[in-house]
Amino acid sequence: MCTMIVEKIKIDGSGSGRAGWFALQQANISYDHPFNAPYEHALNIDFVNESQGLSARVAVELSEFAARELARSILSVLDIAETGGHIKKV
Amino acid sequence: MYTTDMYEGVLAETITMAGANGDTINAYLAQPLGKGPFPAMVLAHHMPGWDQWYREAVFKFAHHGYLTISPNLYFRSGHGTPEDVAVKVRADGGISDDQAVGDLAGAMEHIRTLSNVNGKVGIFGTCSGGRHAYLAACRNSKFDAVVDCWGGRVVMTPDQLTDKFPVSPLGYTRELDCPLLGLFGEEDSSPTPEQVNLHEAELKLHGKNYEFHMYPNAGHGFFYYDRPNYRQSQAVDGWQKIFTFLEKHLA
Repeated sequence: MCTMIVEKIKIDGSGSGRAGWFALQQANISYDHPFNAPYEHALNIDFVNESQGLSARVAVELSEFAARELARSILSVLDIAETGGHIKKV
Repeated sequence: MYTTDMYEGVLAETITMAGANGDTINAYLAQPLGKGPFPAMVLAHHMPGWDQWYREAVFKFAHHGYLTISPNLYFRSGHGTPEDVAVKVRADGGISDDQAVGDLAGAMEHIRTLSNVNGKVGIFGTCSGGRHAYLAACRNSKFDAVVDCWGGRVVMTPDQLTDKFPVSPLGYTRELDCPLLGLFGEEDSSPTPEQVNLHEAELKLHGKNYEFHMYPNAGHGFFYYDRPNYRQSQAVDGWQKIFTFLEKHLA
């Protein structure tokens, strides 16, 4: 909690955690100390469902470069899917 | 100094204690065995939570002859692995300064009730715990020494102040009533060397008893042997400075 940079968003979907698949409820995105990645700060995403307890969690800790590439790639793939008619344009 | 013919023992266990607002929380307490009386330490754990490193640190202080207690500052956020709990706290934007200061004061009061304490209680913290230790020492005159290891956000800008963090710890410096030891790394980004300089200037302004050490080739958390920021020679020197400082002020 040395930066306190965090956003929480409501999400839908499923995540595979320690006890198998569970319904996702929320994603917590922070830029702060990671627990495992070898950086002082990392872009951390925790996909959680607090109604199922604190262990219902899927975590990633990314370098800044990896996080930006991931964000770009997610949007790119969604754009391709939309162009291909797999997603209805809003 | 320890010699191999000396008796040595430590009793370490989880206990409950009264924290902020009289809430019951848990804490890890380690007591050196032997006659005493012993000086005491309160440990403010870091952002990654009430984890293994902090349990080991509690034991380390006890091994050096201090009754040592580390309250679980994240108790109210639920229970799970230390990492799961810390992630919840991180998502919630941390714990409030008032709650942390209240829990640390509660730990200090708890350890003062032990029959073998010598009446002196210091406080130590790293990372967010360094900040909490400094805040607690400024806001409670019953601490007799404070060790702040790379506490970030001691110097806060007005836009960083919120309901949870209403006052920059720097603003409490005038009220600090005990000696302070600060250990920092030149390559840290929180606190930066510039922020440490601002802190030092405020301490000088108010004529406080302090010593700061800024280590070259070290960043944030250079004591953490399980992280890539670990720096062996700086960590060894830092621990020596801590125990020399505590012996001077608490023994």
